[in-house]
Amino acid sequence: MSAVSHAPSTGADPDDVGEWERICLLRDLLVERGVAALVGGVQVALFRLPGDEVRAVQQRDPFSGANVMSRGIVGTRGGVPTVAGPMYKQVFDLATGRCLDKVGFEPVAGLAEDLVTWPVEVRAGVVHVGARPAVTVPAADVDLDAR
Amino acid sequence: MTGPQPDPAPHPAPGAAGPRHLVVVGGGMVAQRLVEALRARDDAGAWRISVFAEEPRKPYDRVALTSYFSARDPEELTLGDPALWDDELVTLHRDCKVTEIDRQARTVTDRLGRVHAYDELVLATGSSAAMPPIPGNELPGVFVYRTIDDVAALRGWVEEKRASGEVALREGGTFERPVRGAVIGGGLLGLEAAGALKALGAQATVIQFGTHMMDAQIDLGGGQALKRLINDMGIAVRCSSATQEMKVSRTTGHVGRLDFGDGGRLDVDVVVVATGVRPRDELARTAGLEIGARGGAVVDLGCRTADEHVWAIGEVACIEGRCIGLVAPGYAMAEVVADRLLGGEATFPGADTATKLKLQGVDVASFGDAFARTEGAMELVYADPVAGVYKKLVLSDDARTLLGGVFVGDATPYASLRPMVGAELPGDPGAFLLPEGGGCAPALELPDDATVCSCNNVSAGTIRGAVTEHGCTDLAGVKACTKAGTSCGSCLPLVKKITTAELTRAGVEVSNALCEHFDMSRAQLFDAVRVADLHTFSEIIGRFGRVPEPVADTEGAVLVRDAGRGCDICKPVVASVLASLGNGHILDGEQATLQDTNDHVMANMQKDGTYSVVPRVPGGEITPDGLLVIGQVAKDFGLYTKITGGQRIDMFGARIEQLPHIWRRLVEHGFESGHAYGKSLRTVKSCVGSTWCRFGVQDSVGMAVELELRYRGLRSPHKLKLGVSGCARECAEARGKDVGVIATDKGWNMYVGGNGGFTPRHAQLLAEDLTSEELIRTIDRFLMYYIRTADRLQRTAAWVEDFEGGLDAIREVILEDSLGIGADLDAAMVGHVGAYEDEWRAVLEDPEKLRRFGSFVNAPAEPDPDLAYVTERGQIRPATAAERAAALESARAAGNDPVPAGPVVIAGSTLEVRR
Repeated sequence: MSAVSHAPSTGADPDDVGEWERICLLRDLLVERGVAALVGGVQVALFRLPGDEVRAVQQRDPFSGANVMSRGIVGTRGGVPTVAGPMYKQVFDLATGRCLDKVGFEPVAGLAEDLVTWPVEVRAGVVHVGARPAVTVPAADVDLDAR
Repeated sequence: MTGPQPDPAPHPAPGAAGPRHLVVVGGGMVAQRLVEALRARDDAGAWRISVFAEEPRKPYDRVALTSYFSARDPEELTLGDPALWDDELVTLHRDCKVTEIDRQARTVTDRLGRVHAYDELVLATGSSAAMPPIPGNELPGVFVYRTIDDVAALRGWVEEKRASGEVALREGGTFERPVRGAVIGGGLLGLEAAGALKALGAQATVIQFGTHMMDAQIDLGGGQALKRLINDMGIAVRCSSATQEMKVSRTTGHVGRLDFGDGGRLDVDVVVVATGVRPRDELARTAGLEIGARGGAVVDLGCRTADEHVWAIGEVACIEGRCIGLVAPGYAMAEVVADRLLGGEATFPGADTATKLKLQGVDVASFGDAFARTEGAMELVYADPVAGVYKKLVLSDDARTLLGGVFVGDATPYASLRPMVGAELPGDPGAFLLPEGGGCAPALELPDDATVCSCNNVSAGTIRGAVTEHGCTDLAGVKACTKAGTSCGSCLPLVKKITTAELTRAGVEVSNALCEHFDMSRAQLFDAVRVADLHTFSEIIGRFGRVPEPVADTEGAVLVRDAGRGCDICKPVVASVLASLGNGHILDGEQATLQDTNDHVMANMQKDGTYSVVPRVPGGEITPDGLLVIGQVAKDFGLYTKITGGQRIDMFGARIEQLPHIWRRLVEHGFESGHAYGKSLRTVKSCVGSTWCRFGVQDSVGMAVELELRYRGLRSPHKLKLGVSGCARECAEARGKDVGVIATDKGWNMYVGGNGGFTPRHAQLLAEDLTSEELIRTIDRFLMYYIRTADRLQRTAAWVEDFEGGLDAIREVILEDSLGIGADLDAAMVGHVGAYEDEWRAVLEDPEKLRRFGSFVNAPAEPDPDLAYVTERGQIRPATAAERAAALESARAAGNDPVPAGPVVIAGSTLEVRR
């Protein structure tokens, strides 16, 4: 795969994304409060940022194995939008899914520490999520099979 | 016989096999310190130690004996690390007095007739309470005040007297004749004993032979101030009184009256004699050792007697010509002997006879040359008779060098001035005596060799070293590293000051910053938000957030220009601050995005991402119908149930989309949120109290319910737990709570700063015998002051410890309103009580908030398909990874769909689960 931009809502190549799935209205989402969604049967966490961009990462928390990422606190680290895992408070970059701070924990067996991300587009007030996960810049080796 | 002896340390006998044998006679605090010091330094295991204690218990904190009245648990007086006595090189013989020493044979004989050989012998037999030869001193009802057994006997006597003084009235009810107590002796110990009598509910009169109380430590001016303070506590004082006789009561045969030299009389039911102590030197005498003029085994500055194999330490040692009845010099002697046994050359550094009396509500301290006996010494006195304050500094003839001092009513300067004895004071010495705020005392820079903690003999230099050499970065680290402040704690403010100063000097930023978004501490942020009257996170971070230096990327575009959007540290803090300041529902508007994991959906997240639900059960009191409702709800939703430590019922396994349905049922039946998820009031635990209990003296359940309903929903820096016990038996374990209330026959005693958990703490006494109204007002203020000034996730115990001036300073703020904020704190709590609403009921009435409890935004009622359970002991629990894998495997083998839809019971499905 080619190296695509790690800002899923803008730079993803449609060929990589595959089909887009219509999920909800933008106004269904509260700024900085996540929701879970089913995208092709897969659990995804959606976050609306203050600029009305929307990010999608895996709902499964790699450090607990529970499907809870949408219930984490959204914030910034060094200006970069982040979400904190609600279970053990690891901090993840919302754009790339990278785990920025493991706070002394290790992921549960079989899961990568970084989150898988999905491309998101908001068209005419409707949130669309790409059916296939985005591939991040290989800063960390993302094991897609682990999902 | 002073000065070091020519022959220094005893050396191991040539060719001797195994460790040498040290016998310690006596099992008090000083003996404990010797064993502790020797075991800490004797890495090679050169010594095995046998300790012979006359009392049937391990060494205990005799200095804190008075606390035994409130605690009633000898365990609370435990000294040091109990593991010391499990050491294989240490043997403690309890209830095993040594009756004879044979110095020729180097053996001791115990009361059971067993003979033990020693290589070295240490006498640490301490003192006994002196009993002056007053006729009648053998009567029943006359006590001394020295051991746990003395105290227990005194307590039993007072309780018996109280019971027999109870008179049934004809019109119903009872009348209790108060128990009349007298303490002979107005010294340190006598005042402690008088306080103890008061604590037992007896009247107390202190009889002092001298012109004023504590005449060994403080001068007449101080004594007069002290008398006023003692009288304010309800203790009578009779000075210049010689007790001539203790008269028997004809009806009881017990002590009944004291007759004084001036013809005065005092009717009594109990007498405590606290006229001083006598060294227990009888063993030393019969062994033929030299005895001092006023008793005690004579030792040199190395603590050795004329017999090179016999040493004496503590109150039985006559050192520099006298016996010293204080524990700190005893500890110093123990350290000297430990050093010498290991070949060292330590000598006794001289006695620090500084004393500080810690009696509820009374501050008395004296140090150095308190009576200005040094030639040419000058006395600088500040006295405020109205406030009951007397402060005196003794200075050298040039008014520069500090020689000593006396503090009564306000001993704040004591901790920082005592180590300065012999040093020049900077600036105007008078500044140290003025009330706080009245003048600016210059900052003191203690010399490295100044003793800061006299209990553990820790110098200012050692504390500085803990920071500079051992890398300690906070008070807790310095305490653990140096042991400073770990015994009586009176030096903690000073230890903290030195630590902070040293950290600052070392360039270690003593940062209060919450996180990268706020440079302020929680307390500072609380004030800032309150004063600036802000109500949203965006306003707060916009106004008080830290804006980083602009960072440009390689193309020159500025990347970071504002304070950002917070994080999982500062957002919950702001959420808590906003909630404490009354900003409506925690899930209103932007506030919803600030809530931590559990507050996020007002339930407690468990390991599989489902939640537990806890309805409020105020005081742990619940009707049978209430139990049926909870049982039926748990059954209908297939929840696992367990009784909590806070006397309520927890229901586990609720999925996010089930929460509103569960709560609708609970709210319909009159339940409300229990706030088990919040950094807020959790529960008020209670025992059954006087309504049912044969022993209860107050209605503890009624009080617990009242308190829980008052403080429910109160958000705070950390969780808050309260407890109410109906009598001193303390069945509610209230002293393990942030606020513990224990009934007395006159009202309520209030304790603060207790907790269980990782570092258990017992709550300390804040106030005694409060009425119900006083109790509630005091708790109101304590909680509100804590909420406003504590750090993030700092429980009350740590807050009290870190508070400048400690519990005494907090008591002044809360009970004496020293900061003038009492009315403000009261109003804040009234605001909280008035604004309370059930958070869950409010959610159920608000469709917008309800919508957020959907499981998926595009399938709100669809359960998380990954949840899986097994049954155990008749209830569900989350399946382990291995159990999931096994279930998946067997499903595959059976040719079934390997991905089951919805939560399933995958093993042991004998339970019908409607999930």
